[in-house]
Amino acid sequence: MIKIPILRWGEPYHSLESDKVVHFATGEVMAEVSQANGALVSRDMRHAQRARDVLREIPIRDILAKAKLAGEYYTSADLPLGDGTQSPDQFVKMQSATTGLPEHMCRFNMEKNQFVLANMEKILDALTRGLDLEVLSRGHGIESRGVPISYQAQSPVLGLVLPSNSPGVHTLWLPIIPMQIGLVLKPGPQEPWTPYRMAAAFMKAGIPPQAIAIYPGAGEVGAAVLQHCPRSLIFGGTATVEQYKGNPRVQAHGPGFSKILLGDDVVDDWEKYIDIMVDSVFVNSGRGCINCSGIWASRHTEKIAEALAARMGPVEPLPPEHPKAGLAAFTVKNVAESVWAMIERDMKSPGTKHMTEKYGSRLVSMDRCSYLRPTVVHCDSPQEPIAKAEYMFPFCTVVKCPQDQMLSSMGPTLVCSAITHDKKWQRQLIDATHIDRLNLGPVPTIKLNWLQPHEGSIVDFLFRARAYQEA
Amino acid sequence: MSDNRATPEQIKAAKDKLDVHLREVIAWHFSPETGTPFWLEKAKSFKFDPLKDIKTYEDLKLFGHFEDEWLRGGPVRRWVPKGYANKPWYVFETGGTTGIPKSRVVMDDFRIDYEMFSHTLPDEYFPKGSNWLMLGPSGPRRLRLAVEHMAQYRGGISFCVDLDPRWVIKIIKKGWMEHLKAYQDHVIDQAMTILTAGHDVKCMFTTPKLLDALAKRLEDQGKTLKDVGITGIFCGGTEMTSQWIRFTIEEYMSPGMYIAPTYGNTLMGLAAADMPVAKDGYKIAYYAPEPRAVVEVVDFDDYDKVVPYGSEGRVQLTTLTKEFFVPRFMERDEGVRELPTTKYPWDGVSGVKPFREFAATTTVGVY
Repeated sequence: MIKIPILRWGEPYHSLESDKVVHFATGEVMAEVSQANGALVSRDMRHAQRARDVLREIPIRDILAKAKLAGEYYTSADLPLGDGTQSPDQFVKMQSATTGLPEHMCRFNMEKNQFVLANMEKILDALTRGLDLEVLSRGHGIESRGVPISYQAQSPVLGLVLPSNSPGVHTLWLPIIPMQIGLVLKPGPQEPWTPYRMAAAFMKAGIPPQAIAIYPGAGEVGAAVLQHCPRSLIFGGTATVEQYKGNPRVQAHGPGFSKILLGDDVVDDWEKYIDIMVDSVFVNSGRGCINCSGIWASRHTEKIAEALAARMGPVEPLPPEHPKAGLAAFTVKNVAESVWAMIERDMKSPGTKHMTEKYGSRLVSMDRCSYLRPTVVHCDSPQEPIAKAEYMFPFCTVVKCPQDQMLSSMGPTLVCSAITHDKKWQRQLIDATHIDRLNLGPVPTIKLNWLQPHEGSIVDFLFRARAYQEA
Repeated sequence: MSDNRATPEQIKAAKDKLDVHLREVIAWHFSPETGTPFWLEKAKSFKFDPLKDIKTYEDLKLFGHFEDEWLRGGPVRRWVPKGYANKPWYVFETGGTTGIPKSRVVMDDFRIDYEMFSHTLPDEYFPKGSNWLMLGPSGPRRLRLAVEHMAQYRGGISFCVDLDPRWVIKIIKKGWMEHLKAYQDHVIDQAMTILTAGHDVKCMFTTPKLLDALAKRLEDQGKTLKDVGITGIFCGGTEMTSQWIRFTIEEYMSPGMYIAPTYGNTLMGLAAADMPVAKDGYKIAYYAPEPRAVVEVVDFDDYDKVVPYGSEGRVQLTTLTKEFFVPRFMERDEGVRELPTTKYPWDGVSGVKPFREFAATTTVGVY
């Protein structure tokens, strides 16, 4: 069993308190992770500026090369982890064992992280709209057309309160080090693996250890990160998002409520889009905020729901090492049971029909974990209580709604794939401020273009454009 | 700790003393002349006679468990023993952010408890005659008066701050984190003013969170607790872990300073602990002020059964004073049962933390 310390700006610190991270199926202890206390985080923040300073000593072009190298180490090297080392295969097995995600999905997420690191130059070029990256380092510069510009870092570090159940989110913080901003990471209790492995890869590639801090711990540690980092990202539920709404220091990432809308002009051909719908709901076991949780159309909705149920309903849990395992386990006791109880309660509404019922029980409770099999629910109208629900497994509603009422009824939507050629409606979709990422046409919601911002540009969050003049 | 273990004779003597004290307290609270109205009324429903059947500590099981809900609302006089009816009484409250708080009436207990605790403090670090900073909750709480009394008992004067924990809980529940920070700053501002005004403060009471905040503020100004004259810290009010106290000792305290962790609440006196040290893994082992209060660690599934030494269980508290009788109250904490020592020849408790069944729903450590 590996003992994983706190990393205080790269320095290992063994706490007197530790948390055992266990295999969800066997109960085997995979690691003992040192737990920080809030005051330790608070005290360490006196060195936050040093994190940016040491990174600014390395030109951004060199950091980009190191990031690419880090990506290669991350996917292929044996890297130090606590009092031992970890191979890429061990990483996959450990992450799967504690998060419940099938191994092939863990491997896919690993490759996704490497892709982002390998393409960081292009990603930053896109996110900064072609800015000379040295401007971020210097704080000011002159555009090629002769206009003076200045971008001021709003924080020397970015704090991250990370989740346990969605290893896909880590791509969001990979551009931070290349922008010469330090990292303060609070890993999710079941997923310490990615933050530690990525930190080890960065350090092996030549990123100064003083630029990265990792503080596993309880709620007070997350609160300390948010309190003491001038800019932070937090991942949580709707309540978390509501709590930090309007707080300029915190970007809260919660449920996506991502949707596919079928326009009246294409809905009669709905069968052509079933693959896109299934992929959007099912890929990555439905855990991401970009997974589709609602498919909206004005007609044929029951048939669409039936077809989706026929495709996904029969899927059963498979062992995590099985190459075809499509479902992630719920590893925290009673969570799946509570989720299913909520769904059952909402399905009692007369306008709601459970379309996957005939494919057997959705809740599969095992000794140490549970699964929820894919669930499709038909709703007669957007007013049904379950119409806009989102859960951490392949779950979707198919909602009957006139096209002209969709935008006003659907609520906040992280990714909206609208399949239509109706120019007037496309215009309204483009203008809708409650849609974050808009795909026009048959694009699965889970297909991201890495050159586009996600829930606001991380560059805008960390850097402020301002006036700067020299006499 | 092992070289400090109590002998069987010491343990027996302490137990005998406890039983004698217990009989006195029972006689007082249940006698028609001196008894407490609440208990006299309650006794009507008992299938036993407290005056005849309660002879030893073990007999307290006949009472079942004290329910702290009984302390909510009035008339508060039902808790005042008839034998003390004409004496001046205080009322201290606990909880009360919303709804009716729990109340405890007190005459002299807080003075006696804190005087007893005072004798556990080493004079080298808590010099007699030196002044104190009371950096903790104000308002209808025992702490403010008790710490002030202890400072006076030791020949000093206590400087206090305003801190309303009920408002702090409301801020947390509303999610107003900026306000929370501002309120904490406001409290620390008051402490900084006292510590830098030439009052010769050497000792302080504070809570773990406020000590963190004060030490950080001082560090931000290039100073330490020692620099502003503090040599002794009496810490309590909320739970503290071994990791927290190790961090505090290693990173915020200096040689020549002492921290005394305590465990207690309005219902009991103050359980004391020696300053934790590295060789014991910074274990914090608390010992109640027997015979006035008894702390036991009992089985999670059978509260009548004390767990073996070194095992975890729920904390059970009994208060035995002539002012207040609380038999077998199940605390909202759990911990590990500790061996009797020569200094405290009765059971102690270490590793105190919120009881696992309440931990997820309780807002703890607000000040």
